[in-house]
Amino acid sequence: MSRLNSFRELEHLREGLRERLEKYTTTVMLCGGPGCHAARSQAVIDAIRKELSAQRLTSEVRLLVTGCHGFCEEGPLMVIEPGNLFYHRISPDDAFEIVSQTLVKGKVIERLLYTDPISCKKIQTEAEIPFYRLQDRELLSQNRRVDSCSIEDYIAAGGYTALAKVLQSIAPLEAIKEIKASGLRGRGGGGFPTGRKWGECQEAPSDEKYVICNADEGDPGAYMDRGVLEGNPHLVLEGMMIGAWAVGARKGYVYVRHEYPIAVKHTRIAVEQAREFGLLGNNILGSSFSFDVDIARGGGAFVCGESTALMASVEGKVGEPRPKDVHTVVDGLYHKPTTLNNVETWANIPGIILNGSSWFASKGTQGSKGTKILALTGRIKNTGLVEVVMGTPIRTVVFDIGGGAVNGKQIKAVQIGGPSGGCLPVDKFDLPIDFDILSEAGSMVGSGGMVVMDEESCMIDVTKYFLTFLQDESCGKCLPCRVGVDRMLEIITDITEGRGKPEQLDLLEELADTVSQTALCGLGKTAPNPVLTTLRYFRPEYEAHINEKKCPAGVCKALITYWIDPDKCTGCKVCLQVCTYGAITGRKKQVHVIDTQLCQKCGICRSECKFDAIRVI
Amino acid sequence: MSTLTLEQILEGRRSQPNQLIEVLQDIQEDRGYLPNDDMRAVSQNLGVPLIEVFRVASFYKAFRLKPTGRIVLTICLGTACHVRSAHLLLDHALEQLGVKPGEVTADGLFSIECVNCLGACAMGPIVKENGIYHDHVTPGKLRRLIETIRHREMEAKSHV
Repeated sequence: MSRLNSFRELEHLREGLRERLEKYTTTVMLCGGPGCHAARSQAVIDAIRKELSAQRLTSEVRLLVTGCHGFCEEGPLMVIEPGNLFYHRISPDDAFEIVSQTLVKGKVIERLLYTDPISCKKIQTEAEIPFYRLQDRELLSQNRRVDSCSIEDYIAAGGYTALAKVLQSIAPLEAIKEIKASGLRGRGGGGFPTGRKWGECQEAPSDEKYVICNADEGDPGAYMDRGVLEGNPHLVLEGMMIGAWAVGARKGYVYVRHEYPIAVKHTRIAVEQAREFGLLGNNILGSSFSFDVDIARGGGAFVCGESTALMASVEGKVGEPRPKDVHTVVDGLYHKPTTLNNVETWANIPGIILNGSSWFASKGTQGSKGTKILALTGRIKNTGLVEVVMGTPIRTVVFDIGGGAVNGKQIKAVQIGGPSGGCLPVDKFDLPIDFDILSEAGSMVGSGGMVVMDEESCMIDVTKYFLTFLQDESCGKCLPCRVGVDRMLEIITDITEGRGKPEQLDLLEELADTVSQTALCGLGKTAPNPVLTTLRYFRPEYEAHINEKKCPAGVCKALITYWIDPDKCTGCKVCLQVCTYGAITGRKKQVHVIDTQLCQKCGICRSECKFDAIRVI
Repeated sequence: MSTLTLEQILEGRRSQPNQLIEVLQDIQEDRGYLPNDDMRAVSQNLGVPLIEVFRVASFYKAFRLKPTGRIVLTICLGTACHVRSAHLLLDHALEQLGVKPGEVTADGLFSIECVNCLGACAMGPIVKENGIYHDHVTPGKLRRLIETIRHREMEAKSHV
């Protein structure tokens, strides 16, 4: 492909590509996103590809391997257009039937259809599935239209139109005004108004400026940025290009986690393609705008989610934050003005430029505009990537989209916003996904991780989990975070191991308060949030651990006992055989018994019992 | 295992201290860990003091200073995996293999690593066997996985 030297050439190419695509009568969209990939979708993709060529259908049927479709729990997923036919949990063995029956004869394979859990009816189309119906998939739906590794697909789907629009007719200051008017706020955690950030960076006097895309996504339990960057890297690049044009940067970086090898690969391919097409480099599309992007791989440090630490890491240094007396929009990467936004924020930019700020601002609440991608995970039926309009109540996401708890259990809480966020109890589920309202409730939208917990999740154990994580990830530069988190973890460990004392709760609160007021960076300041929210909303659980030495959820090993329910045990000997400690005895077809002295509470018997006979008290 | 020379990895990056993390990533990707000699050479070629190279290598979780086993079992300890009992998996793997995270079994076959999140949260708990993901893992499944790998490797060895 030769370089595109003008806007006309881009449009001409687009027309040609669309004509080429019109030749196909059918499109098979197979999800290659994070969830489906973990469910070994690659084998399905290979099998379908092989079948298509064996049955000589490659010129009529277009096989599109796309980014995340969202409904990860049901993966590997497939959608066939036209018709919006939705197949789930496909295995490579289904390939022959899908091709010969559905693609050739137009027959629907009942077995591969999704069953509505409430009406128990089979659902044919993706659009009818409750999980999708209640969402507004502004960004995620674009994943489905392109092969993640094809710039041609992206251009054919209308890609780089927004870039062409700004370069032709929108001056940098106007673009910034537009982003400000849209009300877009940072999707990475802080929720800072994006337009204001751009404006300050644009105003900062310097001959050299940078834009950075934060794709480090250090929050455990969150993968929306992986979903977007892996699935549609050009959308993110286009957003960065528009940002660079607006603030006056000639160089950009995508800072991406090394734990996301596919995201690294897809971004690399996208950057190379964009260079080849002349969409990165000098005089882009024949304009005066020159811009290039490099990729920096993160080293797996949570603290690098903090802007100054991230920039140190891009510079090849240890990722420690520094005091932000002067903001990074003025004194950032290599001490130059730098605009840092996360993946989802950048991905929103082309849409705002194309459809206008008022379109974007028409969605959402007073202070939180547009849509937000959430990673819905944990103890819930429908896990996956969900995109809803800002202001959607938590209840709608957890119960209507998420389908509620698994195996008839009771949902107890949702943890929103990762280690800096907080746990909210069910009676707060009417709160909307809104930056300001969730902050007031002690949690935060954060990057959008939503981990659902049920009656078998111990809130003290979850708090201990976050503190262990934060203790491990604390960079150690400032004392409040380094020592404060350590001491809080000590107290929580005491409580989970049966050594807790009532007066420790006051000390815990005092410590949390001190750390949040005195830590150096945002991550340190928010580190006590898991402690503060669980103390606020789940105090009775703390008291049960301290006063009764009991873990009501049955998680904290020191406070629980495993036993076999005689009414359910069939005497099948499975648990007895898997127990490596010889703690289970019993004869065939007779109730087995656990010797609590020998039991190490490893949980293997419970995971292997097919009759749900092993209980924890 | 290693296919790239240090020369190839350093090409176009010499005397650029900002390339330190990228170079270390590439070395590790190729060799599985960061050998001391390579770090010395990186220090000289990029113009970064050796102590700084070690500081970066030990600061970031991504880097290993010791070789791994032939099979690296990476246990995801992200929040979503944790609430689905991933901690039991870690305890189980350590017990079954008799090593600590980062150590290699005596036969050189396994090492266990923990990771904060692999980004496949919906399918958790996740255990990665080198590049292959295993989803919805339970202690029982993990035990069978370890046994299967051991068996497979022994077969392969006896074939040779």
